Amino acid sequence: MNQTTSTAQAPGDRVGPGGLDPSLLIACPTCDALQLDRPVPAGARARCHRCGTILMAPREGAMTRIVMLAATALVLMVAAVFFPFLELSAGGMVRRSSLLDAVLAFSSGLLLPLTFAVAALIIVLPVLRLASILYALAPMALGWHRARHGVAAFRLAEALRPWAMAEIFIVGVAVALVKVAGLARLGIGPAFWTFAALVLVTVLNDTYMCRLTVWKTLEERRRP
Amino acid sequence: MTSAQGNDGAQVLTARQAGLVGCHSCGRVHPMGTPRCSRCGAALHSRMPGSLQKVWAWLFAGIVVYVPANIYPMLLTTSFGATTENTIMGGAVELMHHGSYGVALIVFVASVLIPVGKFLAIGYLALVVDPGSRLGGRLRQGQDLHRRQRLFEVVEFIGRWSMIDVFVVAILSALVQLDFAATINPGIAAVSFSLSVAFTMLAALSFDPRLIWDAEQDLH
Repeated sequence: MNQTTSTAQAPGDRVGPGGLDPSLLIACPTCDALQLDRPVPAGARARCHRCGTILMAPREGAMTRIVMLAATALVLMVAAVFFPFLELSAGGMVRRSSLLDAVLAFSSGLLLPLTFAVAALIIVLPVLRLASILYALAPMALGWHRARHGVAAFRLAEALRPWAMAEIFIVGVAVALVKVAGLARLGIGPAFWTFAALVLVTVLNDTYMCRLTVWKTLEERRRP
Repeated sequence: MTSAQGNDGAQVLTARQAGLVGCHSCGRVHPMGTPRCSRCGAALHSRMPGSLQKVWAWLFAGIVVYVPANIYPMLLTTSFGATTENTIMGGAVELMHHGSYGVALIVFVASVLIPVGKFLAIGYLALVVDPGSRLGGRLRQGQDLHRRQRLFEVVEFIGRWSMIDVFVVAILSALVQLDFAATINPGIAAVSFSLSVAFTMLAALSFDPRLIWDAEQDLH
């Protein structure tokens, strides 16, 4: 892919501070520097001229791809929750556990609040985030007007981004596997692989997503 | 890189200097005093109100709960009737004795180095951008701003990964329930450790990166 990186232009002396038209400008969310909001060709990236943060990186057909990936991730999530995740056997005893068992591990006494936290971090919030991305972006991918609460849904998806920790959980599983490896024989269930695929899909999705382009598209497709 | 850094200086006009306010989530520019962004609906603030106070509050909360996380056991392993308690450090040391240096390193990095590094980095950033503090004025060149920005990005990115240890405990205690041979149960430190991670994430989220760049004015 031909990727060019262009540095956004400062409004400079061409427009005096008195006569700035806000709709022609972008303020860098990271450093507050004003720059001219010019169209960025697909595949190129626009960087802030002051701090170098990537402002826009639109891609061809990104909306469709994001929606497809989010839908895939949701399906994988359902499979990952209900299929057996890992299997442990030692001395003739076999123990199967699903993702739900891992969540319920803290359900005794003082540790109970942690059950809710873990459930939220690895199941509820990722699902909620995927669902709101689908709700906000599916009409965009299909070329429709935006959904009634599309803006709120995408804002929710953005707010949830740091708190959806599915990919961290999968690395945790890898660490745990090494820890028990000496203790017993381990089998990896189908849910483990679906969850690993889910993580891959989510990471891909986040790299395709250019937030500013999404916001602009949502604004353009406002209901008349 | 050079073009971005060579530009430091006079021709940068910030939204605030122009009497405008930029949306922190979508970049849309509005006249100063607009309450909400017309594009994405986020509340508009030229700079997050009370950003530094919030950062300090969450940071101290994070440090306070990190103490019990290290003192109390994270894992209770029962094997043939005998229970051993493992703290965070103890777990890493034990892994090393078993010869799994790689995993011991992951655990040590994720649950000791990263949290402590994060406390230091957030504290440093909050001190350095505060014009009221003694450290605030020490900006020698524009390079420093990029360095601080990068530090902030690293802290923001890496913060969530400390949660790894809590997930490991959850998986181990779900999996290793082999009655007499071996059972693993979570210890109370898991709660305070996850609180510590959450609090430091909130500290990083409350930090307004635009404060880093406001120091540029002092440079000229």
